[in-house]
Amino acid sequence: MTVMSRNDLLLFLGFTVVVLAMPIWLHPFGAAYPDLLQRFMIYGIFAVGFNILFGLTGYLSFGHAAFFGVGSYAAVWSFKLLSLDAIPAMIFAIVISGLFALIIGYVSLRRSGIYFSILTLAFAQMSYNLAYSVLTPITNGETGLQLTLNDPRYLDRAMFEAAPGQPVPTLLGQSLGGFAGFYFCAGFLILAFFIAQRITSSPFGMMLKGIKSNQTRMNYTGFNTKPYTLAAFVISGMYAGLAGALLAVTDPLAGAERMQWTASGEVVLMTILGGAGTLVGPVIGAWLIKYFENIFSAINENILHRFFDFLPDGVDNVLVAISSKFVGEGWFLTLGLVFVLIVVFLPGGIMEGVRRIAHLFDRSRRSPTKPGKATPHPQPAE
Amino acid sequence: MTLLKRGLSRRRVLQTGMAGIIGSGIAPLMFTKGAWAQEFCNNPTGDTVTFGLNLPLTGAYAEEGADEQKAYELAIAHINGEGDGGLISVLAPTALKGNGILGKKVGYVSSDSQTKSDVARAGATRMIERDGAIMITGGSSSGEAIAVQGLCQEMGVIFMAGLTHSNDTTGKDKRRYGFRHFFNAYQSGVGLAPVLGQEYGSDRRAYHLTADYTWGWTQEESIKAATEALGWDTVAAVRTPLGSTDYSQYLTPILNSGADVLILNHYGLDMVNSLTQAVQFGMRDRQANGKDFQIVTPLISELMAKGAGESVKGIFGTSNWHWNLQDPGTIAFTKSFGAAYGSPPSQAAHTAYVQALLYADAVERAGTFYPPEVIKALEGHEFDGMGNGPTLYRAEDHQCIKNVLVVQGNENPSSEYDVLNIVQEIPRDEVAYDPAMFGGELGPAEPAPLCA
Amino acid sequence: MFEVIFLQFLNGLDKGAAYALIALGLTLVFGTLGVVNFAHGALFMLGAFCAVMFRQLLTLETVTLDPEKLSPWGAPLEIREPLVQAWFGDFGAVLVNYSVPASIIITIPIMLLVGIALERGIIKHFYKRPHAEQILVTFGLAIVAQEVIKSFFGPNPIPQPMPTDLRGAADIGAFLGMQANVITYPIWRLIYFLFSFVIIGGVFAFLQFTTFGMVVRAGMADRETVGLLGINIDRRFTIMFGLAAVVAGLAGVMYTPLLPPNYHIGMDFLVLSFVVVVVGGMGSLPGAVAAGFLLGILQSFASMTQVKALIPGIDQIIIYLVAVVILLVLPRGLFGRRGVMEA
Repeated sequence: MTVMSRNDLLLFLGFTVVVLAMPIWLHPFGAAYPDLLQRFMIYGIFAVGFNILFGLTGYLSFGHAAFFGVGSYAAVWSFKLLSLDAIPAMIFAIVISGLFALIIGYVSLRRSGIYFSILTLAFAQMSYNLAYSVLTPITNGETGLQLTLNDPRYLDRAMFEAAPGQPVPTLLGQSLGGFAGFYFCAGFLILAFFIAQRITSSPFGMMLKGIKSNQTRMNYTGFNTKPYTLAAFVISGMYAGLAGALLAVTDPLAGAERMQWTASGEVVLMTILGGAGTLVGPVIGAWLIKYFENIFSAINENILHRFFDFLPDGVDNVLVAISSKFVGEGWFLTLGLVFVLIVVFLPGGIMEGVRRIAHLFDRSRRSPTKPGKATPHPQPAE
Repeated sequence: MTLLKRGLSRRRVLQTGMAGIIGSGIAPLMFTKGAWAQEFCNNPTGDTVTFGLNLPLTGAYAEEGADEQKAYELAIAHINGEGDGGLISVLAPTALKGNGILGKKVGYVSSDSQTKSDVARAGATRMIERDGAIMITGGSSSGEAIAVQGLCQEMGVIFMAGLTHSNDTTGKDKRRYGFRHFFNAYQSGVGLAPVLGQEYGSDRRAYHLTADYTWGWTQEESIKAATEALGWDTVAAVRTPLGSTDYSQYLTPILNSGADVLILNHYGLDMVNSLTQAVQFGMRDRQANGKDFQIVTPLISELMAKGAGESVKGIFGTSNWHWNLQDPGTIAFTKSFGAAYGSPPSQAAHTAYVQALLYADAVERAGTFYPPEVIKALEGHEFDGMGNGPTLYRAEDHQCIKNVLVVQGNENPSSEYDVLNIVQEIPRDEVAYDPAMFGGELGPAEPAPLCA
Repeated sequence: MFEVIFLQFLNGLDKGAAYALIALGLTLVFGTLGVVNFAHGALFMLGAFCAVMFRQLLTLETVTLDPEKLSPWGAPLEIREPLVQAWFGDFGAVLVNYSVPASIIITIPIMLLVGIALERGIIKHFYKRPHAEQILVTFGLAIVAQEVIKSFFGPNPIPQPMPTDLRGAADIGAFLGMQANVITYPIWRLIYFLFSFVIIGGVFAFLQFTTFGMVVRAGMADRETVGLLGINIDRRFTIMFGLAAVVAGLAGVMYTPLLPPNYHIGMDFLVLSFVVVVVGGMGSLPGAVAAGFLLGILQSFASMTQVKALIPGIDQIIIYLVAVVILLVLPRGLFGRRGVMEA
């Protein structure tokens, strides 16, 4: 297991190139600005991590946003108390969210199926409601936890003079705004992807897949499956914590909303949309949803008019009137329709579409009589 | 596309270069654009300048957000010299010429903040980074205002707050780059208490229901202090989650609690729901301690009064402004807004409109968009004609000091908009206070941060 | 103190009845057909908007302009004449006044159609698909329904006045022979309470005492065997889905005077109804009802100042806390059966 198979290596390298080149190839789509690119990375990590639990073991957690939020809060507290450097904040966030996941996972994994989902949902909603109200001294409630001029930052104060102006997170003194922030996050996404890839192909990953296909049988063979699922749960919680910490690094504010059930639901949808159980699918799902949320929602009638400019006047206006229902404020409608269409026609998510297309090409290239034989799956499917 | 269109800062080019992976591919293009063009965040280089409107178009304060959007569109039209010119002719002193700002035409981008701080901040970041907004304005909740204000300080972009009523916005959480025209909870308390004393006497027992976030707490605290100074007792103050829909479990304990006044520290839809449900519980037909049970809504707007319908009749509260005032500024604004949209403007619309105009005026006076200079132009600025009487933008905390209105739900409305009556206009001297009272620190204006 | 506790208990019963009614539609689909229906909230919302639409039809007006009077911005004032009163006189006025309960008449057929169309068009292909896919497709449908309603009715809540005779509070204390004016409760909430009982009882009776219900219950237990007996179970499942949609819609209609509906109202109840159904136990109608009451009563008591002083923030988490405790103590909820939706 020390060497990667050729396919894995190709997939990993391809993924790395695609991610690092995002500022270039996203230009024509109007999405190559740092804030959105950072979000692509962050939610990509979140979805990859979620997939380690859901895609491999089949346990559907509806409370993963709690770990994401805990990661954010932990990171901001590290900025406030320790140092503005990103590294201690991320370590602190991953440890705290891992511990949090351990506790919640230990309790929730006593049940399976829908009962497990509701337990995780309940824990996440409790965290959200408490963060919003009585935990205000820790979370700053609805306003969100922010950095201020007079935070103690003991480590920083011990080492340097405080810089004037509003504090912002840094990496070894280098500011993490803009594209630097993007590459910082991109590095973590690539790392996260790599680890997920290794986990999937390791004996541990096989075990998890075994749990998904038949837990009872696994138990009968003498395995105690719980430590494995719990480990997957904690790893995936740490991924969420990492993503939350990165969000706090790029924008040092932690709000309770990011723990709400809708946020948990979002990562579930990202994963299923892209293709649960595949490695690349969740990332693509995350990108697609974030793209819709940020770009589609910003298209207004003026842009549409420009887009349909080449058409005769009457047709132009009709098309704008129709399409404006689906963009701008109506972007949610498009998203809903995409969900329905994808799940009806491509039950395995976007990755199933990719696989089918690849299959098609394969068939036309090779002899059509043996379609199945020489089709390497583009990625280790579940 | 957006990257190349806008000209890049030296720092951004350096950062990109340092990260270094794609730099070689597009760097030649970047340098041709003049890497030194931008010595502060989003320095407008073309002949247009962009406002970033951060509006709650969905969520508990959505109605206010929609009204603010209309007001901003109107203000931008007036600044550009379109329409009837609105309040430009009555603002005194004014530097506005009706040809945009410093000769540049004003455009805008907007973002739906969903009445959530997190989303508001993400939207503001997007508008600054992608759309090159020179100034961020809007919002209808103090949570949002404080979150976005902090961001704007980091980015070096001026934030002209929309509707935000918490003491913290210009107190504990004040920022050098943030400005508030709207009044605050403390001023509501000071303005409202004498009227309450006069109407309901000094021997009352109050029960608070409070929206559980920064604005709710400061309002509860301010109103409690003001009514207790009158001699009222506070029976209990109960926190309710922001955005609750059913208040029945919080309303039932009030019935036999010995309280005879219910004070609702809610706003927007929360207020509409809690007030309507309180009235459904028969609170306004009750007697307690031998007196008629009363409901007070310390901060109320015409939009909420309209939403609550029958329930609001006769109920006291305070407002920042009301379209029924009779000064030239108010008349001009109501006329412009009504002609454009067929309904009178709300206080949220008014504060939004005035903030946009004041920013434009300050830039004209400063002669530059450079934020530290604009901040200087706004700090300590004294003006008149915007419907609130003479007004001071206080330098110490960036709070506008102006008259406060005490209003009452209209018993016999003549139209669907005529829902509030002005009971009293409290002069600004009576609601002014020591800026040090709510603490906080503005922070520095310079060096102006460069939004990365 | 007695009055306070009594009132809080009453409030808990009232909330519980609402929770149970809202969860009832979900438990028919989720608990019995086994479909994780994220569109349940949307069905509730569609029901509420049936009431809105009905009222808007009833209150259509003719608008004439009065050039004599001007608004503050110089436009002529509008004079509005309601049409229904003009045509039907007093009966029209009564109809407008009772628009919310009256809209039940149109809600039932509309929601039945919506439910059947949904099941035939999409859901029936998903009975055997994984839950994840059911979630995605029903969530997608819910979004589509919400956005369509939003584009017709706008994003803001539309208040639905309750009939004038039913406004205000009833003096229950006096009715039960206690001191007057101490225990009072809003009349409409009491009506919602009774309405819930009627609907829940009706659904129970339908499933328990009709042949149809018997077949459906048999089909739930063992779909294949029932099919082998030559019974068309598919058609019955379709009707069940339609019934669930009607129940969800009716819950929505009657809730409108308490909470002005907007396009998003369903999402607020979605999580709650899932918790209620799961706490009650999958596949158990009595479980859902019991869980609804349990959570309602506990929520009401947790919101008391005295309790909140003891455990801060308890009112915000009590529902989820109870859900966790119950699921840990009773693995399948209050009345759940073994093996349902555990994999």
